[in-house]
Amino acid sequence: MSRPATQDEYLASLVPDSVRGVSRRTLLRGALGAGTLLAAPSLLSACGGDSGGPSGAATGTVTLGSNQSDAVPKAAIQSVMDAFQKANSGLTVKINTIDHNSFQENINNYLQGSPDDVFMWFAGYRMRFFASRDLAGDVTEAWKNIQGMTDALKKSSTGEDGKQYFVPSTYYPWALFYRKSVFAKHGYEVPKTIDELTALGAQMKKDGLVPIAFGDKDGWPAMGTFDQLNLRVNGYDYHVSLMAGEEAWNSDKVKKVFDTWAGLLPLHQPDSLGRTWQEAAQTLQQGKAGVYLLGSFVAQQFQQGAEQDDLDFFTFPEIDPAIGSDAIEAPIDGYMMSKRPKNEAGALKLLSYVGSADAQNIVVKADPSVIATNENADQSGYTALQKKSVEFVKSATSIAQFMDRDTRPDFASTVMIPAIQQFIKNPKDIDGLVNSIEKQKQSIFSS
Amino acid sequence: MTAQATPTAAPGKSPVQARRPRPAGKRESHRMVQLFLAAMALLWIFPVLYAVINSFRDYAYTAEHGYFSWGGFTLQNYKDSWEQANFSQTMVNSAIITIPAVLLTLFLSCCIAFVVARFSFRFNLALLALFTAANLLPPQSLLIPVYRMFRAIEVPFWFSESGTLLNSYWGLIAVNVAFQTGFCAFVLSNYMKALPRELYESAVVDGAGVLRQFFQITLPLCRPPLAALATLQVTWIYNEFYWATVLLQSGDKFPVTSSLNNLRGEFFTDNNLVAAGSVVVALPTLIIFFVLQKQFVAGLTLGATKG
Amino acid sequence: MAKYKGINQLSGVDRVVVGLMVAVPTLLVVWLVWVPAAGSVLLSFTNWDGIGPLSSIEFIGMKNYADVVSIYPPFWPAVQHNLIWLAVLFLVATPFGMFLAVLLDRELRGSRVYQTAIYLPVVLSLALVGFIWQLIYSRDQGLINQVTGSTIDWYGDPQYNLWAALVASSWRHVGYVMLLYLAGLKGVDPSLREAAKVDGADERTTFFKVVFPVMAPINIIVVVVTVIESLRAFDLVWVINKGRNGLELISTLVTQNIIGEASRIGFGSAMATMMLLISSVFVAFYVRIVMREER
Repeated sequence: MSRPATQDEYLASLVPDSVRGVSRRTLLRGALGAGTLLAAPSLLSACGGDSGGPSGAATGTVTLGSNQSDAVPKAAIQSVMDAFQKANSGLTVKINTIDHNSFQENINNYLQGSPDDVFMWFAGYRMRFFASRDLAGDVTEAWKNIQGMTDALKKSSTGEDGKQYFVPSTYYPWALFYRKSVFAKHGYEVPKTIDELTALGAQMKKDGLVPIAFGDKDGWPAMGTFDQLNLRVNGYDYHVSLMAGEEAWNSDKVKKVFDTWAGLLPLHQPDSLGRTWQEAAQTLQQGKAGVYLLGSFVAQQFQQGAEQDDLDFFTFPEIDPAIGSDAIEAPIDGYMMSKRPKNEAGALKLLSYVGSADAQNIVVKADPSVIATNENADQSGYTALQKKSVEFVKSATSIAQFMDRDTRPDFASTVMIPAIQQFIKNPKDIDGLVNSIEKQKQSIFSS
Repeated sequence: MTAQATPTAAPGKSPVQARRPRPAGKRESHRMVQLFLAAMALLWIFPVLYAVINSFRDYAYTAEHGYFSWGGFTLQNYKDSWEQANFSQTMVNSAIITIPAVLLTLFLSCCIAFVVARFSFRFNLALLALFTAANLLPPQSLLIPVYRMFRAIEVPFWFSESGTLLNSYWGLIAVNVAFQTGFCAFVLSNYMKALPRELYESAVVDGAGVLRQFFQITLPLCRPPLAALATLQVTWIYNEFYWATVLLQSGDKFPVTSSLNNLRGEFFTDNNLVAAGSVVVALPTLIIFFVLQKQFVAGLTLGATKG
Repeated sequence: MAKYKGINQLSGVDRVVVGLMVAVPTLLVVWLVWVPAAGSVLLSFTNWDGIGPLSSIEFIGMKNYADVVSIYPPFWPAVQHNLIWLAVLFLVATPFGMFLAVLLDRELRGSRVYQTAIYLPVVLSLALVGFIWQLIYSRDQGLINQVTGSTIDWYGDPQYNLWAALVASSWRHVGYVMLLYLAGLKGVDPSLREAAKVDGADERTTFFKVVFPVMAPINIIVVVVTVIESLRAFDLVWVINKGRNGLELISTLVTQNIIGEASRIGFGSAMATMMLLISSVFVAFYVRIVMREER
């Protein structure tokens, strides 16, 4: 029997055995409230897993752990929760906002400590990792009340045991972004192959622009470049198994990726390791850079209205004609439930809501850099960028999540971040680099 | 947390340092030394002055005219940084953590110091060594066991809303107390040892027990070192960064210094906002520094001048 | 005579009181410092990932240590940086602090003001120091680049950032050492100095031949403090860029591996244990010196 997870359970556990039976029911009726009375017998025997009652009266407070700490997304989430509370008069939502980076960093401690009932997270291996470690709650119930999600999205929300652990909310594609006005001014054309990109970059340099903006101070943005190159050089299937630790990092295929990257590095903004992605995005916004490979959240650095309308993107150019260029990266953000929520019924209701078109409409309106996952979401209010993102994702044949969501988190953060930063500092020693990555990968994936 | 030294003085020193007479020909070299010291002092205080001045300047103005211009003064940076960093809440959090931690530390240190100074038990030295060494260990080495222990300790919900010591102020206070007690105990024991034995002897003759001796004789006489240590401890625990970052999980519980962690991304693009934020965070310690300077210095150097 | 040699000479109540006065603080320190230290050492021999009950931990012997020193690329640079940190503090910051203390000890006019200015940084948290120096080091808006027109990213360029951090750290360390040393100097018996003067020694000879040797205990303590501080350097570097890209230190590597999604507890604990071992050498040294004074 594990420790009590809620105040009510704790109080119930104080009732001595001798007071069982009818009189216990009477006692508990006052302490726990009518709603949980049906579950009272299971309280003292189960391990707290299904402490919430089944359907019906979901009341009380649901706590939400939110990593949307920037002003605009934070307000968007508040609006969503306000709408939820309006539609469900018995429930209130208490939002616990933590700085975006800190939230991710502390996730292990957070989930094992006292997490909120519902928390924001990402799809992919990162989600399955926690589900398989028994740190996430089964939300198959919530999925029963969600319409409008494609099978692909449901698949990416499913854990290894076939149950759902995730409810998608929004996603955003990674692509090469540029300002239409800058391209028009210099007469640039969107490159379709890597050679065209290289030529365009040379032209941009002559025109005084930085061809490709780049900022890897935080360590993760450069992973996007690796992913795009790997998808183009070796294909989606190879990329997925490489991320799963099933391929050798010192193979010729991986070396080819780094070689290609080394060839492109001169076109990238120098001194990238001291520059945050926000600063690199500002270089694009100020018209000093030609293109920037980032997720569509780059739009957050542009003012709403004319400036954001000036933003456009194209997919990473083709490198190998046999592979083409229709594999993309579109990380999915969403919500999960903690293993032992204090208010499971309320949490499931909240999860069904955030997966619904109504909730997503609010989010995408407030933050036009992301698009809704629900097909029924109102796309009429989409900006040009959002409409193009929808098309972009629809026409892609395969969608990856991003390196730090597709592979083991300890591998991504303690091995790949330093390794990629090392590569950027010294692109010549590729053999040494991949050998080092492979050794570390073997050590980690075998543990 | 900083390691401390309490050097002992050479014997037979007079409590008042008389001004040493200066021979005439030394004026020149004295002038040079003074100039050098003045230059050094200016150099040292410059970064803080720079931060203070820039905190009052409008970002748009400095972006346009550069930092050597004069003008564009505003209080807006303070308002902005106060809101964005949520200082009103984090300052309160800092107070909630610092004040009990300091009081507990001083009290527990007095207890240990009293025993070690008053009685000659054989374990005295070992005990002091245990405490002093604890102050010097790197906190990174202790994180995970402390974290798991706290998570496993269940406490009533009125004590900590998470049900355990994790993410609770009390857990954080306990860790701070454990770390700081060593240094304070050492300093206090030095001081208490210098208290004359006759005081205790007469008390024992009067039939006073240990408790009475402690509260009525020792503690009142320890006001100077206690004031000094209190000043130091408030500064150190307020400045403490690591434990608060790793032991607290709710965004609204972070104290001021740890909240600096959260400001990195947004703030680093606006220098004047960084300046204003820094000044706000430094303000409590600066106030203590200027008002209670003597105590602060005394705390750091207690034991060097016996008297 | 009220000098107690043994606990049996106290009355019953007094014995309980004394017992409590010793037990409560000791238990707290043992529980929150010494037990975790032992725990970290034990964990370094496992491959635990921090999730799940303690019973699920497997022991893997010295594998973590082998991995750390052989296949973990940031480790040796971190060791190098720690050594550089130590060298700079030891060879530059500490002597300079001592030098300033000697000058200030002469009590020339204005010394109190200069003293105050120099140890002002000591009251600031190291994390805050990193923030304040950002105003000077920032590539686009920092003072240095505004004055010299260079475009060096002082905090971001691995060639320079360690030195930039060291300047900021020394700024604080000098004041601290100066304060300790000044207090020690004031404790030196003036009659020693006068005796030297009578013998015809000038200031410099007086210092090196008379004062410095007498200050031996303080010298040692200042040295040990310097070493311990350089081993524990963390806050400043973490606030700048989490200890990457030229600012790797063992303390930041431990933290990166332990907190965060990474959660390589066993691996991180191996490095943490190394830190403990190195610290304990100096801590033992320090404790011996200080305890010797006690006797």
